[in-house]
Amino acid sequence: MKRLEKKHPLAIRWFHWTNFPVLAIMIWSGTLIYWANDIYRIGFGDKTLLKFYPDSFYKAFNIDGRLAEGMAWHFVFMWFFFINGLLYVLYTIFSGEWRLLVPDRKSFKEAIQVTLYDFHLSKYKPPQDKYNGAQKIAYTSIIIMGIGSLITGLAIYKPVQWGWVTWLCGGYTSARVIHFILTIGYVLFFLIHLVQVILAGWNNFRAMVVGFDVVENKENISTPEHTETGPES
Amino acid sequence: MNDPEEKEGNKVPGDNTNESGHSEGFYETRPDNASDEPVQQPGSGNPIPETPQEQIVEEADDNADELAMKNAVRRKTIIGLSVLLGMLILFVLGFAWVINQPKDQKAYRPLRKVMDFNVKVNKQFYKESHLAATYPVSKAEKNPRVNGDLGMDTSFKVEDWQLYVVNVDCHDTLVFNMDSIKKLPKTEICFNFKCIEGWSQVTYWGGVRFIDFVNHYHLATHNHKPINPDYVDELARYAGFQTPDNEYYVGLDIASALHPQTLLCYEMNGKPLPYDQGAPLRLIVPVKYGIKSLKRIGVIFFSDKRPADYWYEQGYDYDAAL
Repeated sequence: MKRLEKKHPLAIRWFHWTNFPVLAIMIWSGTLIYWANDIYRIGFGDKTLLKFYPDSFYKAFNIDGRLAEGMAWHFVFMWFFFINGLLYVLYTIFSGEWRLLVPDRKSFKEAIQVTLYDFHLSKYKPPQDKYNGAQKIAYTSIIIMGIGSLITGLAIYKPVQWGWVTWLCGGYTSARVIHFILTIGYVLFFLIHLVQVILAGWNNFRAMVVGFDVVENKENISTPEHTETGPES
Repeated sequence: MNDPEEKEGNKVPGDNTNESGHSEGFYETRPDNASDEPVQQPGSGNPIPETPQEQIVEEADDNADELAMKNAVRRKTIIGLSVLLGMLILFVLGFAWVINQPKDQKAYRPLRKVMDFNVKVNKQFYKESHLAATYPVSKAEKNPRVNGDLGMDTSFKVEDWQLYVVNVDCHDTLVFNMDSIKKLPKTEICFNFKCIEGWSQVTYWGGVRFIDFVNHYHLATHNHKPINPDYVDELARYAGFQTPDNEYYVGLDIASALHPQTLLCYEMNGKPLPYDQGAPLRLIVPVKYGIKSLKRIGVIFFSDKRPADYWYEQGYDYDAAL
């Protein structure tokens, strides 16, 4: 027998899905801005392994020569990004949801176990609450990254009036580098997130849309095998 | 996404065995800390012993309930996905609406409105005492980047240069030469010059503070007297700057123009300003992006009306403030 179990509160689902297009616009408009001074690369000395970004990338996404437009979008959507993020953090604090999200001492060991399990390097799947250790670390990191983007963003946006923020970021040039790296971080997070969601399956994805999981009923759960592994998330 | 009419009449068997918290129909409220949940251990005994008769009744109930639940899940899923899809479609429509709006100075009008709003927000945090960070002269770039040549007509001769100034509420044009500027106290600044494109360079400049120039020649005030901090209402609201050929022009809010770090600059790295850096006199505005630091000043005017600004007309925000 199956039953429905509440998983994601309505508020969190709204914050999550609002953030998706808003962050997309922020990354796109940020790239329009970055184009005007595209000096970052990965390489050693004169050898460049990866240039941010290759001309083909600019061509494919029609990035060239749109600095003013990029700034306009970026400084409009920064408000949505900020407000949505702030509401999410406040919600998790006041609803107590943060307890399920913030990693504890066990989470790091658990995260390694989960990663080994995911890569089929180990058969042991650690028990978990709503989120496993790896998820807790990921979902808390992404919030810290968001705060980092806001702070470095302000440091770049108003380095004179908010000079102390720029100073905290290690200066103007350093703030720009951190801001850029965080953006690359979001893209990597998104790709891993996407793969994980696909692997976790429909029930898990649906939970982020409708809020509930369909789970086996308790009478069935109480077999030894199930108590050890805990419910899938 | 919760439809209330679903809540009545469909009970899940689990309800019977569970103590509380089932006011929301199908949902089982997950406790804040899942470890508080008592986990049934094998052999610890079923809380409700089942007689065979009860089992049969329950199985029948189960089938009916399972069907009802399946339908409910399907309904809720369709509703949920529709809401999500609707939201994303609305977002795309909103984007399409913005880019179909007429442009205001080359920026889509809704975006321009928010940019103007941002200028107002940022004004709340503006303080004259907030200075651009300064650096030791040894850090200064030897050959600072020349990024633009707008208004830098090559037929221009430095020795023919004169500065024309129009004060607020005044129709006469005042004419200045280099001596009338150099006789004022010299101020130097070494700061990180920031271009709106994203690059920055530590550069070292020398000249006359714009506020010293304004005070000495009784400019920028409606009463044509030196600035009295107690009567800021007397100040014109803007200062405008143009190249001699008027190909390039910028406007500054009066606070930024009179900021203690804003210079009428005639020296770079301790030497007379190079030709391509705007000789003989350029503007240096450390509290703004480089687009406001106009090279080769030909005309200065004071006004309560916002002066034309080259890059504002190209879709950037008017302030370009840092």
